[in-house]
Amino acid sequence: MSDINKKQDELIEEFKFFDDWMDKYEYIIEMGKTLPLIGEQYKTEDYIIKGCQSRVWLHADMKGEHVHFTADSDAIITKGIIALLIRVLSGEKASDIAKADLYFIDKIGLKEHLSPTRSNGLLSMLKQMKMYGLVADSKGLVDG
Amino acid sequence: MEAFDVDTTSMKNRIGERRKDFPILQRQMNGKPLVFLDSAASSQKPDVVTSAIKSYYDKTHANVHRGVYQLSQEATDAFEKSRATIQSFINAKHSHEVIFVRGCTEGINLVASSYGDAFIREGDEVIITTLEHHSNIVPWQMVCEKKGANLKVVHVDEAGEIDLDDYKSKLSSKVKMVAVNHISNTLGTINPVKQMIDMAHELDIPVLVDGAQATPHMKIDVQALDADFYVFSGHKMYGPTGIGVLYGKEHWLNKMPPYHGGGEMIKTVTFEKTTYNELPFKFEAGTPNIADSIGLAAAVDYIGEIGLDVISEHENDLLNYGTDLLSSIEGMRFIGTAKAKAGVISFLVGDIHPYDIGTLLDKQGIAVRTGHHCTQPLMDHYGIPGTVRASFGLYNNMEDLDRLYEALTRAVNILS
Ligand SMILES: Cc1ncc(COP(=O)(O)O)c(C=O)c1O
Repeated sequence: MSDINKKQDELIEEFKFFDDWMDKYEYIIEMGKTLPLIGEQYKTEDYIIKGCQSRVWLHADMKGEHVHFTADSDAIITKGIIALLIRVLSGEKASDIAKADLYFIDKIGLKEHLSPTRSNGLLSMLKQMKMYGLVADSKGLVDG
Repeated sequence: MEAFDVDTTSMKNRIGERRKDFPILQRQMNGKPLVFLDSAASSQKPDVVTSAIKSYYDKTHANVHRGVYQLSQEATDAFEKSRATIQSFINAKHSHEVIFVRGCTEGINLVASSYGDAFIREGDEVIITTLEHHSNIVPWQMVCEKKGANLKVVHVDEAGEIDLDDYKSKLSSKVKMVAVNHISNTLGTINPVKQMIDMAHELDIPVLVDGAQATPHMKIDVQALDADFYVFSGHKMYGPTGIGVLYGKEHWLNKMPPYHGGGEMIKTVTFEKTTYNELPFKFEAGTPNIADSIGLAAAVDYIGEIGLDVISEHENDLLNYGTDLLSSIEGMRFIGTAKAKAGVISFLVGDIHPYDIGTLLDKQGIAVRTGHHCTQPLMDHYGIPGTVRASFGLYNNMEDLDRLYEALTRAVNILS
């Protein structure tokens, strides 16, 4: 759990530098470029999370009790926000991901992107990420 | 002649002052003064509208049409006066041809359901076009499915204009209804509805016009159009949400069964048989939205005072100015380039996603809409996921468009 929170606190620190919204978004877009991209073979209907506004693809891999995510989106701001979520959650223990309280989203002012009415696929993606954590944890999916 | 010219010019100059009638436009968004460019989704309200509603509740409210006491009579008079205001706004022949509904969507559903019940049979056809809003698609799909009828869709060309040859070829004795948008909310195309109505009437086919985007923009005369049904929403024409109008020709409305059952719409009720009230009450089951009908009438008076000719000229100026300004942005692609257009600019820039542009405009205080604008089949027609749409109201000015241009330039720099 503390690893997730440590990474969240780091992000909050990083975002403190920006007092202009546009600078903040430029940084988010930059972060999008570091996103571990989903393999082309997974960019299919099975892995898509459809929002009305933008689309998101998500794939999860288990390594031991840790979950690794890859993803992509057709909108680059959405992609940047996914990169933040992945930075915080990916590589963590399934049980920790399932329980994670992602307070950094609100703290850095991105809550609107995860509102149910925004319909950009992000909220459903986050639910999906937690679901992977939950399922992996309960099935004891440990192959290492 | 000259005096007339001077008059409209001064009116035009004065329209700029109307902005201050809209308190919400004083707001700041993300630390920047709000530039509101989403009136096609819903317009803002002048204070005369909100104060008319408040005054009604403070001084006149009681339930209508059934009280013996003075207050109820006053409320009934106010409600029926709103109806008369709407009647003259669209030049309906009779006030009972004006049915109050919740909005355009409810009006279309009412007609699809009631007219459909009475007149649409298996194998019949209903004609719509590619540029319809979902609310002028889905109700017709539902009635077609229920009745075993077929929906025919008239093509739209690359500019966003309805293909009248295709329309003509689809008209036949099997067609029981034509339902068409007056002004496209996504493209701004002003459709040739008068011509389409005349063509349908040659085969005695009735026409429903979805006037959601037209009533705030141009003078509507339902008799001159000879429309059989005309529907619109109050909230898109500076009036309140939750109120709209279905205009229907008396002879059609009389032949259609009621839509909802309940109070107000009946004459006598026994458990064996109920007889229905006359128009317009037959279609207004339950306590109506009295307060918002009064707000809508206030909006109509407000528009009337400024003049729809002045408003549409102003919006045209904005359209031309905005189109010129935005066309200098590299990669700018306008979606909808019809010759006759209302105050809507839909666009994409290069391959930047509309959501990204919308988000960065919002952060600079600019409110635009992004996405498919409830016209998914039209987006499929263009092969795009959506657009960014800036749409105008009477309160917008050139400065708003300058702000849009600056903010868009900045967004595009970051995004490309
Ligand atoms: C052309 C058109 N038709 C119908 C509607 C539906 O109107 P309402 O949601 O007020 O019922 C809209 C609103 O977006 C519209 O633009």
